[in-house]
Amino acid sequence: MTVTAPPVVLEAPSAHPDSEIKAGQGSKIFAWLIIVAGILYFFTPLVATGERAFRAIGGVFSFEAFRRILTDPGFVDTFGASVINAVLTIVVSLLVIVPTAYWVTLKVPKLRSVIEFITLLPFVIPAVVLVFGLIRMYSRPPLAILSSRESTRVVLICAYAALSFPYMYRSVDNGLRSINVRTLTEAAQSLGASWPTILWRVIFPNLRVALLSGALLTFAIVIGELTVALYLGQQTFGPYMANLVRNFVAEPAALTILSFGLTWGAMGLISYLTRRKPGRRRLRRQAVGAR
Amino acid sequence: MTATSADSKRVGGVERPPRLRPRRSYFGWIGILPFLLFSTAFLLGPAAILFFRSFQSNEGGFTLANYQQLTDPQVLQSYGLSLRISFVTALVGGVFGFLLAWAVIFGGLPRFFRSLLTTFSGVASNFAGVPLAAAFIFTLGRIGLVTALFGFFGLELYDTDFSLYNFWGLTVVYMFFQFPLMVLTITPALEGLKREWREASENLGASSWEYWRYIALPVLMPSVLGTIILLFGNAFGAHATAYALTGGTLRLATILIGAQISGDVLQNQGLGYAVAMGMVVIMGLSIAVYTVLQRRAERWLG
Repeated sequence: MTVTAPPVVLEAPSAHPDSEIKAGQGSKIFAWLIIVAGILYFFTPLVATGERAFRAIGGVFSFEAFRRILTDPGFVDTFGASVINAVLTIVVSLLVIVPTAYWVTLKVPKLRSVIEFITLLPFVIPAVVLVFGLIRMYSRPPLAILSSRESTRVVLICAYAALSFPYMYRSVDNGLRSINVRTLTEAAQSLGASWPTILWRVIFPNLRVALLSGALLTFAIVIGELTVALYLGQQTFGPYMANLVRNFVAEPAALTILSFGLTWGAMGLISYLTRRKPGRRRLRRQAVGAR
Repeated sequence: MTATSADSKRVGGVERPPRLRPRRSYFGWIGILPFLLFSTAFLLGPAAILFFRSFQSNEGGFTLANYQQLTDPQVLQSYGLSLRISFVTALVGGVFGFLLAWAVIFGGLPRFFRSLLTTFSGVASNFAGVPLAAAFIFTLGRIGLVTALFGFFGLELYDTDFSLYNFWGLTVVYMFFQFPLMVLTITPALEGLKREWREASENLGASSWEYWRYIALPVLMPSVLGTIILLFGNAFGAHATAYALTGGTLRLATILIGAQISGDVLQNQGLGYAVAMGMVVIMGLSIAVYTVLQRRAERWLG
C-alpha cells in the first residue's frame, strides 16, 4: 500500500495580474523618459518630412508634391521597374528556397546546417561587395552577361533573390517545422500525386503565411534598393530617388512618405499574418542589403 | 523517376532506418543542387572571384602586396571612419535599444506600448537607404525642421561641429535602424527571463537593483553583447544610406568600394579587392562571434 501525499495547492504566482510588474516609482519615471525619447527620435524625421511633403507650395497644406511625383514619367517608369523586379525576385527566391527547404526537411536533415550557413552569407557579404564581385564575374568572357541591359536585369534580380535568402529560408524553414511534412507528403503520394503536385497543392498552401511574410519583406527591400541597382546601372526606383534627393525638396519628401507607407504596410501585413501563432519561433524580420 | 524510386523505398508506408541504405549518402545532395548552383552563381562565386583577385598581381601572378597596401592612408582612413561609426552606433544603439525594450517590458508602462514598439521597430529597422537619408535631410539638414528649430532658439547647428554630412550626422541617422534591431533581437531574451529567478532573489532579500546586477544582467550578457556585435556588422556593411546622404563624399569603407567600382580611385585594382575582402573578414568575424554568443545565451534563455 502506498501513501499518497495530499496534493499541495500552491497559489498560482499569476494570481495578481500586476504581480510581475513591480516597477518602483523611480524606474517607472525612467521608463517613461526612455519611451518619450524613443518616440521623439522616431517621429521627428517623419514629421519633418511630412511637413515638407504636404506644404509644397507657399506653405499651404496640399497634395501638390504627391501629384507632381505621381505624374512624373521618371517615377512611373522606375517605380514600375522596381515593382516588376520585386515580384520576379520573390518568384525566383521562392522557386529556389521552397523545394530546397522541403527536400532538406524531408530527406536530408543533416544538410540543414549547410543550407543555413549559405543562406546567412548575405550578412557577411555586404551588398556593395556582392555587386563588386558580380561585376567582376560577369563582365568579361566567358560570362559577359552584363553587356546588355536586359541580361543585367536578370543578374540584378538573381542578386536580390540571393540577398533575400536569410529571411526567406528562415521563414520557409519555420513554416515547414510547424507542419508535418512527412505525413502530408506520404498522404499525397499514396493518393498518386506527383512531386510538382505535392509541392504546389499540398506544401505551398500549408506554408502560405510563411511564404507571404518572406515575400512581403523581400518586396519592401527590393522596391527602394539602391546599391546593387546603382552599380549595375539599372534605372530603378532607388537610384531615381537618390537623384531627386539632391535636387528637389518637396518631391523627395513625398517619395519618402510613400516609401515609409510601403514599408509600414508590408511590416503591418506581416505581423497581421503571423499574429495568430504565438508559440512559433520568432522569424527574423530584419532584412539585409538595404542599408 | 524520382517518384517511383521514392515509392519503392517506402513500401507500405514503413520507413526503413537510413542505416540500411549507406549507398544513399550522396543522394541527398542532388536535391540541393539547384540551390547550390544558384548560390554559387550569385553569392559564393562573386565573393570567390574577389578573394582570388585579391591575391593576384596586375601581371596575374600570386602576391600578398595587395594586402600589404591596406596600410594606404586613404584605405586606413575609410576603414577607421567605418569602424568608429559602427562602434559608436552599435554601442549607443545597443544600450538605448536595451533600455527601450526594458522600459516596455518591465517599466510598468501601459501594455499598448509593447506592441507599438515591436511594430515600429520592425518598420524602422527596415526603413533604410535613400528614404531614411531624405527624412534626415528634412530634419537635420541645412534647411531641416529641427535645424530651424534650434536656430529659432539661438543655436545655429551648422556653426558647431555638427553636420548631417559628417561623422556625427551619420551616427544620428544610423541610429534609426540600429536600436530598432536591438529592440527586436533583445526582446525575446528579456521575455525569457524567468519569473522564478526574480521571486527567488526577492525571497533571499535582494533588491530590484541587486536582482538586475547579479541575476538578470549576467544571464542577458551574452545576448546583449552578441546583439551589439550584430549591430556593429549591420552598420559596417551599410552603404545606401551614407551614399544617399553624402553622395559619396564621406569615405566609409563601403563608399570607398563603391568608388572603386565606378572608377579605379585606389589606382590599383588589386587593392580594391583586398579592401572588399577585409570587409568580408570583419563582417564574418562579427557574425561568428554573434552566433557563438547567441548559442551561449540559449543555455539560460532557450
